[in-house]
Amino acid sequence: MAAELPATLQYTAEHEWVDDSSPVTVGITSVAAEALGDIVFVELPAVGDTVEAGSVIGEIESTKSVSELFSPVSGTVAEVNQAVVDDPSLVNADPYGAGWLLRVDMTSAGPLLSAAEYGALNP
Amino acid sequence: MSATGTSPQPSTATGAPMTEQHSPLHDEHVALGAALTAFAGWQMPLRYTSDLAEHTAVRTAAGLFDLSHMGEIEVTGQDAGAYLDRALVGNLSGLRVLGARYTMVVQEDGGVIDDLVVYRTGETTYLVVANASNHAVVLAELRDRAAATGLDVQVEDRSAATGLVAVQGPHALAVVEALPGLAPDPDGPADVTPATLRYYACLPMRFEGRPVLVARTGYTGEDGFEFFVDADGTPALWRALLAAGADHGLVPAGLSARDSLRLEAGMPLYGNELDRTTTPHDAGLGRVVRLDKVDADGEPVPFVGRDALAARAHSAPARVLVGLQGLGRRAARHGYAVHASTQPDAPVVGTVTSGAPSPTLGHPVAMAYVTPEVSAEGTELAVDVRGRREPVRVVALPFYRRPR
Repeated sequence: MAAELPATLQYTAEHEWVDDSSPVTVGITSVAAEALGDIVFVELPAVGDTVEAGSVIGEIESTKSVSELFSPVSGTVAEVNQAVVDDPSLVNADPYGAGWLLRVDMTSAGPLLSAAEYGALNP
Repeated sequence: MSATGTSPQPSTATGAPMTEQHSPLHDEHVALGAALTAFAGWQMPLRYTSDLAEHTAVRTAAGLFDLSHMGEIEVTGQDAGAYLDRALVGNLSGLRVLGARYTMVVQEDGGVIDDLVVYRTGETTYLVVANASNHAVVLAELRDRAAATGLDVQVEDRSAATGLVAVQGPHALAVVEALPGLAPDPDGPADVTPATLRYYACLPMRFEGRPVLVARTGYTGEDGFEFFVDADGTPALWRALLAAGADHGLVPAGLSARDSLRLEAGMPLYGNELDRTTTPHDAGLGRVVRLDKVDADGEPVPFVGRDALAARAHSAPARVLVGLQGLGRRAARHGYAVHASTQPDAPVVGTVTSGAPSPTLGHPVAMAYVTPEVSAEGTELAVDVRGRREPVRVVALPFYRRPR
């Protein structure tokens, strides 16, 4: 399940990932995408919204279940990935690439985990 | 993310033991790379590859399901039919040999203990198929009721010894006809084949020499067949069906697809639409209650729950099971409140029992119990989806009906 966690990313216990670009890119992990099953609906915040680390900023829904999306960082939403809103299956197909969710101009980060630490939580 | 699981519920929700039972096909599922889930005390495949692909395969080609967790209870004896008429709400003595019937076992107050499919496998033999989550209580009820009637009947649990697999979808017949090793039972009816087998009927056959009961039943809204076979013979049958179906688009399908398929088909799931506080009439299934059934002397049969259900049949319902079409994109889920409108002060008028984004229809669908005043088709209501009111419209069930 925890195969191929990119070592360059940082993770939350709630299964988001965040990269080190500026603005930071945020997505959900392959662990989360696999647990949800086929994702059919993604709801994201609007560009310009202020987000707080640990707060709910969206929803990810599959046929089987629905999950809330928590922001891994605090800041302002710089961009949302309209491609995943239009085609949510991108999140399953490429969670660390084309399935990214949003970019945030970060003011501070919440508690983040390394790939090894996140992998240990999701053996 | 924080996942909000929906049905199928984990085993703990049903009070089932934490040590999960394995299907005779467990090794097949592992070899196929299935994601397994705890369901009613069993470890069963949730999906093999993709919920949507499996769902779509059943709607457009065929899917193969392992249903070995279902409970099989054999009822035999000279009085088997008369006994089942007393124990269940339906008319089982009137069921023709090799017929099948959807029925229920209820409490004295009419509350549903389980919904069942009963197959009449012979003049004095019936096969009662119960939900996995209710298998133990149904078995106990059937035994208690057998003792109470004093009729000549034996109730035997065959679940552990029985495997059950289902082929469902428009190509189901083609798959079954391509199955090598499937042959008529010498003692079975000579003039019936899978192709001529009627919906809700069954046929004893042989698979590689083993007895197999082939039934034209299912839980997906598609044509399909279910195979009851001894547990030891189940893996060979499963593999042969997968191989025979390869040219017909058959894929193995898990519980996740099963749940979305049955929801689109408007079929109730015990624990969602049905429970002990629900009567068959509440669920719109009053037709299964046969108040008119009579015994050999022409007297009304005093079946368990009769008095309560006779009263219920003639009183105005407190709530009605309806279909809801989501007008937004966010799906209502089990347990969410239904409101009279999207206005913040709109009163609660019901509760969602099942809901999901419909893969076939492309919009959210749900079933819900609502007050009769708001149950008319076309009524616009709202569901509280995690704090936000999403508009829905009352629509006829089922949401999906297969083209014929």
